[in-house]
Amino acid sequence: MTNQTWQFKNNFKSLLLRGGRVVDPANNFDGVADVLIVDGKIAKVAPDIKFPAQIEFDAAGKIVTPGLIDMHVHLREPGQEAKEDFLSGAKAAAAGGFTTVATMPNTYPVVDNAALVRAMVKRAEDVGLVNIKIIGAVTKGQQGQELAEMRDMIAAGAVAFSDDGHFDDNAKIFLNALDYLHDTDKLIICHEEETSLVKGGVMNEGKRSALLGLKGRPTVAEDIAVARDVLLAEYTGGRVHIAHISSARAVEIVRDAKKRGVHVTAEVTPQHLTMTDDLVNPADASTKINPPLRTQKDCDACLAGLLDGTIDAIVTDHSPHAVEEKDREYIYAPSGFPGLETSVGVLFTELYHKNKIDLKTLISKMTAEPAQIFGLDAGTLSIDAPADVTIIDPELVWTVDAEKFYTRGSHSPFVERELKGRAVATIVRDNLMTLRRI
Amino acid sequence: MLGKNIVAMENFSAEEIRLVLDTAYKFKQIIKRGGDKKLSNLRGKSIVNLFYEPSTRTRTSFELAGKYLGADVVSINSGTSSIVKGESLRDTLRTIEAMGVDAIVMRHKAEGAADFATKAVKPVIINAGDGAHAHPSQALLDLFTIEQRKGRLAGLKVAIIGDILHSRVARSDVYAMTKMGMEVHFAGPKTLLPRFFAFDGVTLHEEVEDAIQAADVINVLRIQLERQQAGLFPSTREYARVFGINDARLKLAKDDVLILHPGPQNKGLEISSEVTYCGQSAIQEQVQNGVAVRMALLDLTLNGGAE
Repeated sequence: MTNQTWQFKNNFKSLLLRGGRVVDPANNFDGVADVLIVDGKIAKVAPDIKFPAQIEFDAAGKIVTPGLIDMHVHLREPGQEAKEDFLSGAKAAAAGGFTTVATMPNTYPVVDNAALVRAMVKRAEDVGLVNIKIIGAVTKGQQGQELAEMRDMIAAGAVAFSDDGHFDDNAKIFLNALDYLHDTDKLIICHEEETSLVKGGVMNEGKRSALLGLKGRPTVAEDIAVARDVLLAEYTGGRVHIAHISSARAVEIVRDAKKRGVHVTAEVTPQHLTMTDDLVNPADASTKINPPLRTQKDCDACLAGLLDGTIDAIVTDHSPHAVEEKDREYIYAPSGFPGLETSVGVLFTELYHKNKIDLKTLISKMTAEPAQIFGLDAGTLSIDAPADVTIIDPELVWTVDAEKFYTRGSHSPFVERELKGRAVATIVRDNLMTLRRI
Repeated sequence: MLGKNIVAMENFSAEEIRLVLDTAYKFKQIIKRGGDKKLSNLRGKSIVNLFYEPSTRTRTSFELAGKYLGADVVSINSGTSSIVKGESLRDTLRTIEAMGVDAIVMRHKAEGAADFATKAVKPVIINAGDGAHAHPSQALLDLFTIEQRKGRLAGLKVAIIGDILHSRVARSDVYAMTKMGMEVHFAGPKTLLPRFFAFDGVTLHEEVEDAIQAADVINVLRIQLERQQAGLFPSTREYARVFGINDARLKLAKDDVLILHPGPQNKGLEISSEVTYCGQSAIQEQVQNGVAVRMALLDLTLNGGAE
């Protein structure tokens, strides 16, 4: 394969996407059509559009979808720019086909007040390229002791709240947070691992950890946390969103809660859908994430949950770290790896091409459903909607190469994997970003 | 075995284990005969002992093993090196490599550290213990000691008692012993056993008595006192009463049962003083055999075992 690179700027007045397979779950549409964009908005979706567009893009054989949304990324600003910044993160998002990402507040300092949210919203506008949404902290400093000024942060533009990175052990504070947000349309994204059960743990507790001697993070830690938060949502009438669900039992708990009408939604990552703890090699910290890679049974349960509607969204949990932080002993390396640039490839290779998921469900979990959960003006190709569009070549075969990542993160368990399927163009309003041969 | 990294017993064949034991036997004769022990097998070779954790017997025996074979040996203690200045493991290894060493003997708190080292630098890496993962030279000296006393390995029943969960010795003994046709039994408090048991060919017991029934060998693992502080058992007194190896429990095993302990011991906790010093105890021999086995490992990996 020839070398390819992304071109991140190509502003246009009008753009006609010719002859792609348009998959727009929000409008229940799946068929070959042209998509016309004028002045940064969707102008028309129909076969054989006649319009003298400034740019015509041949989308034949490609899949045209609403711009992909990832509501769980870590772009590391402010304070951790050695890991990532908004520009490197925005480029990684665009190169992965994402037009909207929401970044977590576990930064330095923690984004837990309106001034910081405002500064980050401004920073996101200045960087441009993709839509970067800001998630605020639930508690001051994410310490789980005092509520952060969430109403102020909403006024400043925060789209959701999370103490992601750890579980809020204090149930009373968490209950207060749910009550306090009750009259708003905002929800809390919950990292679900009961702290005392995962202390010191670096991988799933199972047969693999028993062999390696590495300390485990048991599934029951996640199950307990999910059960508590589901019960508190039920009790308060508040809204919780379960971050990166990974355990089979936790999926079951969410399924049952949804049946009872609890306001709970859930997300899952490509890695928790497709990888197991058998891949953990203590000489390489690429696989170290929280919650950890589980077992095949858990992967299967997550997929089943995705298919039956228990799990609403797919996110990457894009968590880049500086090379020197990850290039060390497994127990000392930080958790997390970058996922924006590999998500589409992994999901197409491991799920779509293996007939484990239909295209409409897959795209819905990355567009319409997260947009609906978080109340975003995105995730649809409706007329007059913002022209956020992703074009995927489902047959493009490529090899993941960390050297070519736009993210600053390097260590990923997907590195060197051959994948089939890749975003080849990402459109945000009046900007067409494309994967080009060089 | 020339150039082989010694990381874990998983990576050994039964033939390789046999070769190490036979080679160690020769070196033991040389140590025992006294007088001038200095050989020239590794003359011109250099070995660095890189220890990130405290150690008396393993470090000293690797150091003496290298010196008896004629190598130049340098020991680095993490407390008095650039490691305290924050140097990464990769950079420390590369620094040592740049000085032209032939082997690095490494002990580290992190599971996988030895494997990491094999991928980071070219010298032969010998794992002297990586967290709770592996301690291959200990497993080999356990086999050597058992064979010296019992005259065979295959068919013997071994009970390994205590903190299996955190034990690199147990994780190495299991592979070494099952590969040599031995029958392995584990016992200890449930809090100190892996919940998801993954060891093929090993029987797990809830009661120590069941594990040591008719045992040929009992390997008593060290109980670290911080396990009690972490809430894994209520008191040292109760541990000693329920799980400790004492004269009364010893009677359940075979009359000629052999007692091993990787050291250092907590007398009166996991093992009683009477058992430590009884005739069936091979704990002191383990230490002496450790030098011979480590000589064998160094000679085989750096010299190919050539005379």
